[in-house]
Amino acid sequence: MNANISRREFAAGLGGIVVAFTLAPKLSLSQQPAALPGSLNANRMLDAWIRIAADGSATVCTGKVELGQGAVTALAQIAAEELDLPLARLHMISGDTEQTPNEGFTSGSQSMENGGVALRLAGAEVRAILVDLAAKRLGVEAAGLKVVDGVIRAADGGQVTYGELARDADLHREATGKAKPKSPSAHTIVGKSIARFDIPAKVTGGAAYVQDLRLPGMLHGRVVRPPSYGAKLEAIDEAKIKAMPGVVAVVRDGNFLGLIAEREEQAIRASESLRQTAKWAAGRPLPDQASLYDHLLSLSDDPHVISEKQAALPDGAKVIEATYHKPYMCHASIGPSCAVAQFTEGKMTVWTHSQGVFPLRGNLVKALKLPAEKVHCIHTEGSGCYGHNGADDVALDAALLARGAPGGGPVRLQWMRGDEFGWEPFGPAMVMKAKAALGPDGRIVDWNYDVWSNTHSTRPDPRGNNLLASWYLAEPQQPAPPAALPQPAGGGDRNAVPLYDFPRQRVVNHFIKEMPLRVSALRTLGAYANVFAIESFLDELALAANADPVEFRLAHLKDPRARAVIEAVARKANWRPGEKGGYGKGRGIGFAKYKTLATYVAVIADVEVDSATGKVSVPRAWAAADSGLIINPDGLANQIEGGVIQSTSWTLHEEVKFDRNGIKSRDWLSYPILTMPEAPKVEVELINRPDERPLGAGEASQGPAAAAIANAFADATGKRMRELPLTAEKVKAVIQG
Amino acid sequence: MAVSFKVNGAMHSVPAEPDTPLLYVLRNDLALNGAKFGCGLAQCGACTVLVDGKPVRSCVTEIGSLGQSEVTTIEGLGTGAELHPLQQAFIDDQAAQCGYCINGMIMSAKALLDRISHPTETQVREGLSGNLCRCGTHGRIIRAVLKASQANGRI
Repeated sequence: MNANISRREFAAGLGGIVVAFTLAPKLSLSQQPAALPGSLNANRMLDAWIRIAADGSATVCTGKVELGQGAVTALAQIAAEELDLPLARLHMISGDTEQTPNEGFTSGSQSMENGGVALRLAGAEVRAILVDLAAKRLGVEAAGLKVVDGVIRAADGGQVTYGELARDADLHREATGKAKPKSPSAHTIVGKSIARFDIPAKVTGGAAYVQDLRLPGMLHGRVVRPPSYGAKLEAIDEAKIKAMPGVVAVVRDGNFLGLIAEREEQAIRASESLRQTAKWAAGRPLPDQASLYDHLLSLSDDPHVISEKQAALPDGAKVIEATYHKPYMCHASIGPSCAVAQFTEGKMTVWTHSQGVFPLRGNLVKALKLPAEKVHCIHTEGSGCYGHNGADDVALDAALLARGAPGGGPVRLQWMRGDEFGWEPFGPAMVMKAKAALGPDGRIVDWNYDVWSNTHSTRPDPRGNNLLASWYLAEPQQPAPPAALPQPAGGGDRNAVPLYDFPRQRVVNHFIKEMPLRVSALRTLGAYANVFAIESFLDELALAANADPVEFRLAHLKDPRARAVIEAVARKANWRPGEKGGYGKGRGIGFAKYKTLATYVAVIADVEVDSATGKVSVPRAWAAADSGLIINPDGLANQIEGGVIQSTSWTLHEEVKFDRNGIKSRDWLSYPILTMPEAPKVEVELINRPDERPLGAGEASQGPAAAAIANAFADATGKRMRELPLTAEKVKAVIQG
Repeated sequence: MAVSFKVNGAMHSVPAEPDTPLLYVLRNDLALNGAKFGCGLAQCGACTVLVDGKPVRSCVTEIGSLGQSEVTTIEGLGTGAELHPLQQAFIDDQAAQCGYCINGMIMSAKALLDRISHPTETQVREGLSGNLCRCGTHGRIIRAVLKASQANGRI
């Protein structure tokens, strides 16, 4: 734990948890409620989670939301399992500031760990309450009752349904957290590959996304962003724009600019015209991309030692050093961010694909200067986000337009492709320096690792306003001061502490406050870069020790679950110790336990390098994962496989381009991602641990995949790529250099 | 100004200029959600529909250029009650994460299977090379298209 981060900063950085801390001082010690597991702690009433209806169905509320990762289906499985109800009798409500618990953000692969645990305990307790009621009504002992599909049966044939008990079941009470959930061996729904609820609409053109929302009288908005960060609006020809077909209003508030039209194509045309004719004073210059990493190291940093182990250094140790770089990366959602907003009778309703409707509401309230009860945020799925993209920003944009629309809208606003690439908060650029020593026996005897990074979360935050448009209003609001996210999960230093058992180590997180480019949470936060660096370096050390990379890892690793995934993936890929690549073909391994406290993943990748063109391809990859108790095997495999492929895209292609005047990556040509012919074939092996708690997996395979690719590249070419991505240009320079 | 054209077998007249991209008319006038706005630049494939059986990017196809052509959207392939084998295969294989690209994947696959009824894996990959997926669902999408190509019945 980083002692220099105050408890308040810690809480604020995590948004939803704030409530638990701010309430605490009002209670005397004797009143202090017992801590409850997961999200139950901050949302303690049972009926906030589960309500039983007279027809025997259950409404299950979750503050976690569907992002295309299958979370809502998995959460429904957990609730149905504990309630002994079929999935078809569950009505799921997710992410609604007027209907669901506040679970902060759906992020950090924590939906199962926090949201799932809460539903598991709440479900078990609701079931126990219903069974107790049934026992009284039937005049039998509760212990002798059995529940099947919401019908409670006694041994003597008497029975009563959940529906019949619904009226008498008082669920408006605090959870005790004491009801015992089912033993995994009794599970009939959890652990099954239940088909996701959201997929049928997605393959038939059903209404699946906020982009598909079509309200009566809906108008279409577009925003016109400045040419660069912080540019000030000098003049627009409002009359000319207003005269364009369909334009209903031009909305300007300081340096925020947008418009509303009757039809979407009219809004697009008018906004293009407005973009071309608006006059802006120059904004803040960006650093020179060619010397980006030197620039980052030149900024003032706040170093903290996050792990230290002391031991004597043996004589004759061989010291090896390496520096690794990771560029700014985009979330690059296929669908640009979108929101629909309506302002009626002083109340703003926003349909949003934000990852956290409650924290978003907090910042909307500030920007709009409305009381909290006058802003209602309703989660409606969007295109996959992979972290903090434009989802929250577009919600404020849409609200500002709705407020400026005749009758208050509704206004639907979808960002254009260039808005998303140019203005989303990027995954931060990072520098990692590693230095280690090998003892005479070829084992690592000393490990030093330093990572430099900006914050990895500038999500909506009660300590300021983190919504883009709020900084451009006539009365501009200030963003929350950037904070390092605390260990053990960490931010830039996520996975900076290796799981390996080194006798002596020192890991330092150099937190850089100043942000040359706008940044925030991108899937895995710092873990992708740290695992890339640590696992690349481990292979460099294995090479120096003349050791096989798999054996070298196992020789430094005690954790049996870590060893098991490495051994499993080596078996699956038919890894042969001592086998060398060559002729442009190679094989590599990467491993990590995500956040050092979640899913274990090991990945092996095969790589082919065309030395003439510098093109790197990854035809095949294998992964083994242990995420404790598996809730939905197919969903888990989809996440692990998806992570490997997304990481292949990041690792081979992705880098935000910019010059002194602004962001140059504005479309899919200037920010290419992996195409269908390039996608590796991935085989996944899951290790189920029914007696271990379920662990987050959505971000677990990206770091290991990057390292496996980099290590396979080195195996294929004998050269080491220490700077991401492995583009043809860089590869040629390394091969020929 | 009104422009008429044929979508999923029925004529429609919409109050839009002839240079309006087909995508906005499908979504906003005909309430067809399938085709998605991804880039507006014909780079990502999320908006793919078929015009006379050929895959086109509806975000850059002007409605005035359609004439007597037949537009087919994913809604025209099948519905929840009667799924097209491609739609069924995508559900069976859970070949979606966020699913935003899936319309384009299925429509490009439909055009591919109309051309080559039993494609190889490489042909499927090439046939979908203009469609971007961000979640990493590539493997499942390829598998679903190959399965659909082996299914009996109409493709």
